[in-house]
Amino acid sequence: MAHPTRHCLSYKGAMRVNFLLTTSKRVFYAILLLIAVLVLNFSLIHLAPGDVADTISQSMGGADQELLDQIRADYGLDQPFMVQLGRYIGGVLSFDLGYSFFYNMPVTQLIMERLPATLLLVLTAQLLALIIGVLLGVVSARKPNGITSHFVTFLALFGYSAPVFWTGILLLIGFSLKIQLFPVAGMRDVTIDGGFFVQAQDIFMHLMLPMITLASVFLALYSRLSRATMMEVLGSDYVRTAKAKGLTQSQVVYKHALKNALSPVITLAGLQFSAVISGAVLVETVFSWPGLGTLAFQSIIARDTPTILGILFFSALVVIVGNLLTDVALRAVDPRLRGRG
Amino acid sequence: MSPLLTVENLRIELTTRDGVAPVIDDLSLSLNAGETLSFVGESGCGKSMTALALMGLLPEKIGRVAAGKIIFDGEDITHASPARLREIRGNDISMIFQEPMTSLNPVFSVGEQIAEAIRAHQNLPRKAAWNKAVELLDAVRIPNPKGRAGDYPFQMSGGQRQRAMIAMALACEPKLLIADEPTTALDVTVQAQIFDLLTDLQKQSGAAIILITHDMGAVAEMARDVIVMYAGRKAEYGPVDAIIEHPRHPYTQGLISCVPHIVSDMTEERHDLVEVPGIVPSLKDFGRDECLFASRCQHRTEECMSKRPVEKHFDNNQIADCWHAEEL
Repeated sequence: MAHPTRHCLSYKGAMRVNFLLTTSKRVFYAILLLIAVLVLNFSLIHLAPGDVADTISQSMGGADQELLDQIRADYGLDQPFMVQLGRYIGGVLSFDLGYSFFYNMPVTQLIMERLPATLLLVLTAQLLALIIGVLLGVVSARKPNGITSHFVTFLALFGYSAPVFWTGILLLIGFSLKIQLFPVAGMRDVTIDGGFFVQAQDIFMHLMLPMITLASVFLALYSRLSRATMMEVLGSDYVRTAKAKGLTQSQVVYKHALKNALSPVITLAGLQFSAVISGAVLVETVFSWPGLGTLAFQSIIARDTPTILGILFFSALVVIVGNLLTDVALRAVDPRLRGRG
Repeated sequence: MSPLLTVENLRIELTTRDGVAPVIDDLSLSLNAGETLSFVGESGCGKSMTALALMGLLPEKIGRVAAGKIIFDGEDITHASPARLREIRGNDISMIFQEPMTSLNPVFSVGEQIAEAIRAHQNLPRKAAWNKAVELLDAVRIPNPKGRAGDYPFQMSGGQRQRAMIAMALACEPKLLIADEPTTALDVTVQAQIFDLLTDLQKQSGAAIILITHDMGAVAEMARDVIVMYAGRKAEYGPVDAIIEHPRHPYTQGLISCVPHIVSDMTEERHDLVEVPGIVPSLKDFGRDECLFASRCQHRTEECMSKRPVEKHFDNNQIADCWHAEEL
């Protein structure tokens, strides 16, 4: 009590140390989880009949037993299961996800080429859905019987019931064919050559339709949820206190109420991360977006086991990182979560 | 000297599913600067609605001032614009709410919430407002105010939160402080501390206080005048001492006999505790032309059931709305 400031500093310091501790604990658990995912994926694929040697021989138009044995020995497929699993995990830990015979290149390199496109699509769609969804939710919560509110209800119903590939095709017909506003497919126009900004603009134009398509589903979810939580928060005691202080409407709504209404939306957005990624597979296929989704689709068709495993691993990685980020965001918004394990 | 606050024939209507109900029906009062007026009554009899009407915070689209005037500092605030009301709220009139556990925003620090009230009405830089918030926390006797200002509400106890609420309400030195059941959610020892704090702060600042409560004991200690409310109507109004000594309305008598230590000292032989039988009528019956307390009253006569009682004034400034006030 003699040194109030020091007391305060040490307290805040303790909070920070606590935060670091819990974060590193979470990262540790995340790594364990990733290894579990690896083992599970590898075992599941192993259970399926046929292996890489069969597929290779098929693509060569058939092979005799001797050649098959030769291929199996080359790929280490003649080893016992546990040895193969151990080698695979060892490989992954040193960033080696195996070799894709179908694409003729290391899987890691293959995925790294496709990952940025998917991340761009997934993150922008998630962000768009969050921002527009929360805004719509807030506006409609302030006037629960207004036009915006009915629009949000309609949008939510549409977004949630329309399949993404159908929405995508509708948008393509509308805004690429009838009104030629956006390019039909791909991520870049090969005929366009120019500096950074020209290329960025080109990618942005290509991104618009797939991003809107993917966002539509989640936009519906987020707007409904934020409308509901916002209405609850606007009726709470602390909002009344904020009004009683003489704050303006917008201070009350966008500062006091919104910060409280955000937590459930962030939680849902974190949970939806895996859904966004699986949605991306469909959207990428519709728009020929050169990301992990199209790669997954092609490698499943081609039975390219190492690539499939690699993509599964990366999806798990993205989801786990997404969950960690959700946690950090929640702690930033809600002080009650800080300092908890 | 003209009073700080005058309410004339105020009528507040709430639109409910069953139609329009007058939750405050023909209420008049006056309050001088530095004095304390208390509202008592059971839950649902319109005490909090009166407070919200004074703040201009009646529930939107549901509640409205249907008739009457609220004259604060010479200005009728029932007709003030929303912008003018915002200027008054938190600055000239401020309010302490019943639930300290939920009335503070959980995601902002206590200091920030107090400083915000200051910045809303005074053109102070952030740092200065924060320092003033720390001073206010010190004034409401929170230990180590500098360190605690950065705390969030969940890190404080109920009593501390209510102190922080009081600090927030006093931030702009209001002329009128409305305390809506400020101690209901707190335990008894903390209740006494909060009342002491309010009394001391009132002496220092000269603010008028409207204390809303259903605790006759608190009224006896804090207030000069008291209004007993029943079902949206005034039952009795006058100086606290006079009313406790000789209540003229059967409802007031019932309320007082519910509190043991007012009528008898603890050492004396104890009387049986009496309860007021029955419950407050439902909102849809509020507008009827009869005495709304009649169904629970043992002095009920034909007159009570057919006509709303008129005010009866007594020499000691006591006013009772009861047909039988003289006899009681």
